[in-house]
Amino acid sequence: MSIQIWTWILVGVTFSLYIGIAIWSRAGSTKEFYVAGGGVSPLANGLATAADWMSAASFISMAGIISFEGYDGSVYLMGWTGGYVLLALLLAPYLRKFGKFTVPDFIGDRYYSNTARSVAVFCALLVSFTYVAGQMQGVGIVFSRFLEVDITTGVIIGMVIVLFYAVLGGMKGITYTQVAQYCVLIFAFMVPAIFISIQMTGHFIPQLGFGSADENGIYLLDKLDGLHKDLGFSSYTTGSKSKLDVFCITAALMVGTAGLPHVIVRFFTVKKVADARKSAGWALLFIAILYTTAPAISVFSRTNLIETVSDKKYADMPEWFKKWETTGLITFIDKNQDQVIQYVANKELNELEVNRDIMVLANPEIAGLPNWVIALVAAGGLAAALSTAAGLLLVISSSVAHDLIKRMINPKISEKGELIAARAAAVVAVCVAGYFGINPPGFVAAVVALAFGLAAASFFPAIVLGIFSKKMNKQGAISGMIIGILLMLFYMTKFKFGWWFGGTKEDWWFGISPEGFGSIAMMANFIVSIIVSKFTPDPPKEVQEIVENIRIPSGAGAAHNH
Amino acid sequence: MCKVSFLPFFILQLNILVSYLKKEMQAYWKQNLKYLIILLIVWFTVSFGAGILFVDQLNVIKIGGFKLGFWFAQQGAIYTFVILILVYIKLMNKLDKKYGFHEEDNL
Repeated sequence: MSIQIWTWILVGVTFSLYIGIAIWSRAGSTKEFYVAGGGVSPLANGLATAADWMSAASFISMAGIISFEGYDGSVYLMGWTGGYVLLALLLAPYLRKFGKFTVPDFIGDRYYSNTARSVAVFCALLVSFTYVAGQMQGVGIVFSRFLEVDITTGVIIGMVIVLFYAVLGGMKGITYTQVAQYCVLIFAFMVPAIFISIQMTGHFIPQLGFGSADENGIYLLDKLDGLHKDLGFSSYTTGSKSKLDVFCITAALMVGTAGLPHVIVRFFTVKKVADARKSAGWALLFIAILYTTAPAISVFSRTNLIETVSDKKYADMPEWFKKWETTGLITFIDKNQDQVIQYVANKELNELEVNRDIMVLANPEIAGLPNWVIALVAAGGLAAALSTAAGLLLVISSSVAHDLIKRMINPKISEKGELIAARAAAVVAVCVAGYFGINPPGFVAAVVALAFGLAAASFFPAIVLGIFSKKMNKQGAISGMIIGILLMLFYMTKFKFGWWFGGTKEDWWFGISPEGFGSIAMMANFIVSIIVSKFTPDPPKEVQEIVENIRIPSGAGAAHNH
Repeated sequence: MCKVSFLPFFILQLNILVSYLKKEMQAYWKQNLKYLIILLIVWFTVSFGAGILFVDQLNVIKIGGFKLGFWFAQQGAIYTFVILILVYIKLMNKLDKKYGFHEEDNL
């Protein structure tokens, strides 16, 4: 059977599965809609969190980024996993004990202030919208490349599916579809990786394979470093970014991960505090399977690519090369007219441009794997994009229906009314996300990095201080969050969009890139919060008692509705 | 008569109980913080330490095809993170039991 037919079959089967789960797990109450009724098992929650977390970027782009950046790409590997340690140790158990529905819920109640709540809602919406636009775009790309429908049709199909199970099932539907989506995406990621590892090194575990030797007894990594050196690229295993910048980016990604509302909210869905810890452990384990495999794929595909194309005749290129050339992801311009591909670091002489997404998408074809494996990658990419999109849509809809309408605008709204509002908000959010997916604004890529910086600069300090410092008051937290966000927005817009007189790499403060600046803005938030709280009155006695109470796991009960 | 004379005694008992609970909570929290600090030191050491700050020094050592610093940055740190959370779960479950703050699975 052709790749095309295999892809339609696999995508069709997985989509029917998601729809079936959605019908089975319809939400009947706001509690089911926001936190899946609060009775999700730690294992299921771990699987759902892993799928929720691993987006189109993790699945399609990350291995490719690493394969072009080498050691410098480690920031993503460490940053997007290390955040779970912070989440498990510093946030998840306490927020579960607190037992409300959303992150702004916690901020608003802990800091006894609707101003704090509004700031939190604003951040949650900003972070989630920027992120979800990228996911929808990912859905469109997968559809257009594998099924040869245009991007618009692809995005609309994706929108309908997400709409169906997010609006119908709320958190309950999303949780159980995410469990299925994790299984699909990890299978789709691992099968080609294992095949290629066996082909190239004889090891069936890719994590070991990329540290071993080829048939000539030369270590793969040494060979790759050598190839890089010959072609003028910087060494694969040492990288070229400054140490301080690598440090700051890693820190910003870690802290941002721990502060992302769609991840935090997953821990409200389990029964008790011990389960919140346990599901963080499961989640990181499931994430680690993909994250430790990705760098192996990077090395395999980078070596494969260089060996296949470098100094080879264009006419001799394999079929996949021509196929991806027609999609525009590989471009070859024969500058010196010698019919041979020169792939070198020097921009003047280089004749080949390779899009990083190819490293995962074309991997099975490059390795000559069967058609069903190639089709599997398409289904996996869709699962990764849809699961993350659904989680984000839920944050948007609960922020609007619960935090904005129920807690601030109309507290008397009935349970039924709130549920309708939540569903309506989800519909609107899907449409907005779909619009951005079809007409991606140029700033999406820039702003996704901003999402981490923003989460790091706003939520993380406010939540951590709210748990670990009884004396932290609303004045401190609010001023800290506002300073953190503004500083982050200023730095990003200055160096990414050229506002405030713009600036180039040479003007970066201490040589820190906008991606890494989240950690500086976070420090500013911490410092401002602590200083302001020293000069303003202590929080009321009841609030201090809340803090004492969330530190003790017993008596968590179910997440409740005030 | 009898009732009145007992009242201060009950209040005293209650106060003792409350202050005992407070002490227990504080002891629990202190131990929790101790665990957190130790685990976070390990967390920092394997990622920021071995994977970034001292990566060049560690890269001199090679294990199989891996330079050690590179291995920590792309593999070792992640494995350690998983282990750290598992250790944390074990420690906290034990601590909860010791102080009677755990919740039963009776729902």
